Amino acid sequence: MSNSANHIISVSDLKKIYIRGSEHIHAVDGITLDVNQGDYTAFVGPSGSGKTTLLHLLGCLDNPSAGVLTVEGKAVYDKGKFMNERELTKLRRDLFGYVFQKFYLIPTLTVKENILLPFAFYRKAEADKTADRLADLLGLSHRLSHLPKELSGGEMQRVAIARALINKPRILLADEPTGNLDSKRSEEISDIFCKLNREEGLTIILVTHNHALAESAGKMVELKDGKLI
Amino acid sequence: MPSLFGVAWKNLLRKRLRSLLTIVGIALSTWVLVSLLGFNQGYENSLNKDIDNLGFQVLLTAKGCPYEAATLMLKGGTGLKYMPESIIDSVVANPQVERVTPMLMHAVFDPNKGESGGITAFLGIDPATYPAMKTYLQFQQGSWFSRPEALEAVFGYESAELEQREVGDEYLLPESDAVVTVVGVLKRSGTQDDGTIFLPIKALQKIYGVENLVTSIGIKVQKETDLTAYEEELYKLTDVQVVSMAQVKQTISNLVATARVMVMSIAIIAILIAMVGVMNTVLMSVLERWQEIGIMKSMGAMTSHIFRLIWFETILLTFAGGVLGSVMSWILASTTDTLIRSVLPYSPTSSLVQVDILLALKAIGIIMAIGIVSGIYPAWKAARIRPIEAIRSTDGEQ
Repeated sequence: MSNSANHIISVSDLKKIYIRGSEHIHAVDGITLDVNQGDYTAFVGPSGSGKTTLLHLLGCLDNPSAGVLTVEGKAVYDKGKFMNERELTKLRRDLFGYVFQKFYLIPTLTVKENILLPFAFYRKAEADKTADRLADLLGLSHRLSHLPKELSGGEMQRVAIARALINKPRILLADEPTGNLDSKRSEEISDIFCKLNREEGLTIILVTHNHALAESAGKMVELKDGKLI
Repeated sequence: MPSLFGVAWKNLLRKRLRSLLTIVGIALSTWVLVSLLGFNQGYENSLNKDIDNLGFQVLLTAKGCPYEAATLMLKGGTGLKYMPESIIDSVVANPQVERVTPMLMHAVFDPNKGESGGITAFLGIDPATYPAMKTYLQFQQGSWFSRPEALEAVFGYESAELEQREVGDEYLLPESDAVVTVVGVLKRSGTQDDGTIFLPIKALQKIYGVENLVTSIGIKVQKETDLTAYEEELYKLTDVQVVSMAQVKQTISNLVATARVMVMSIAIIAILIAMVGVMNTVLMSVLERWQEIGIMKSMGAMTSHIFRLIWFETILLTFAGGVLGSVMSWILASTTDTLIRSVLPYSPTSSLVQVDILLALKAIGIIMAIGIVSGIYPAWKAARIRPIEAIRSTDGEQ
């Protein structure tokens, strides 16, 4: 495995095995992969191929069963040794932004408060300005004082994207970000991802069944039975 | 920018009815707690006030049951035993005695009282010594008797209301042909004197044929007197019962101890119910937000952040309930007073439940401490959520 300075994430022979009774399920089965700074990568494949599990492993949300996972040169997991929970939390906070199929917005907080929610846990300078800039970028400026229930599905996902970007992450991970949206709203999200990658240089890794969205990514990685094809 | 506290507050607004019901539960527990603490404080004060208002520290009665004597001392009584009036000379002979006042309690059946008659009690007093001991008694109308043996009466506030008498009216004493003139009506004093009809002791003795007899003698001793030693001295007199203020307090305290334990048990049960209610509400809220809390952790929330977030929710609930309960206890103090009074064997005349700001703050502190303890488990459970477990779980599956 190369560990070039340009590799923001490197994995080598990465495995995730679930044990159910006597059965061992290899959700990720020996994947070796490098993600470079500024890449826009889409994981595609049939249901159960391990793409979401791989995304969770790359985003340090889940622990691998074997292999090596390095993020920005730091070993998150290396042959049975994990980074401690506190460091993992800091890594997630400083490096990653996450977008999920469900939006997970807090219904009693306004759009702006939802975008700024990560700062309830830690403070950062110019958070307000960043929130306004993101709202502008994502077309939410007129919705900042609204509650989530007053938004459309597409708008809610854009709020979730803004919230994922508020800490200025270097990597955006998205799991089926258009799974709950119609084709028009999906196209809007696809355009936003392209714009963020192209104009902001954001590294994006997403999992999708949406062909149009996958094709808009610069790199498509196909998985089957936990392996890269 | 949202604060952790602000997020906690808004989380409670998501299920308003549930939060409100929890707050009401805590408020009811606080009400019980404040009332109990107020009762503990109020009963003691009220009892002390009643005893201080007697004007004497020792009551001498004819030998008999000490409980009866205690009742006589505080409430008046019937079926009384008499002592010779001459015993006063023996009492006064002691230099430790500052002042004495003889009293004659006489109860008679009054056929005109109520629908089928009832007992009316008269207190014969010595106009020369009794008013000097009861300095707090003030007149609404008139004054004390004109002469020691005058056929005159002074009505307490409530007895005047009940009998509908005012100064100048005549009053026929039951079981006799004597008619007395009302010469005074007292202001409300909040003591047993309000329900008393006073007559000059000499007149009462003559009317009912109990000349030279008294039912009790109130004794005020010098400040530096050793009461226990003085009581021993008094027991040297023949056939007397000595009731001291300390004895009365002790006797009554023993009588109400059971009631206090009962009220305390109710308070503890109410507090436990509130604890379980708080824990249930917060735990339900955590379980409902399992995924959301996991997402917060993926955003960089540390275990301590989530613990504090859930704890703040508990604190807000208990604080709101505590304040509401304290306000309720203040507004409903007289209702609580009536409820407690109905289960007590003896209740002093003034307010039994005394609620003040310090007491309310103390109760809020206790309730919040209980809430904080109740919030530990839900907060700990939430803080342990791993992002991946939350993301993978479906709603309600933890």
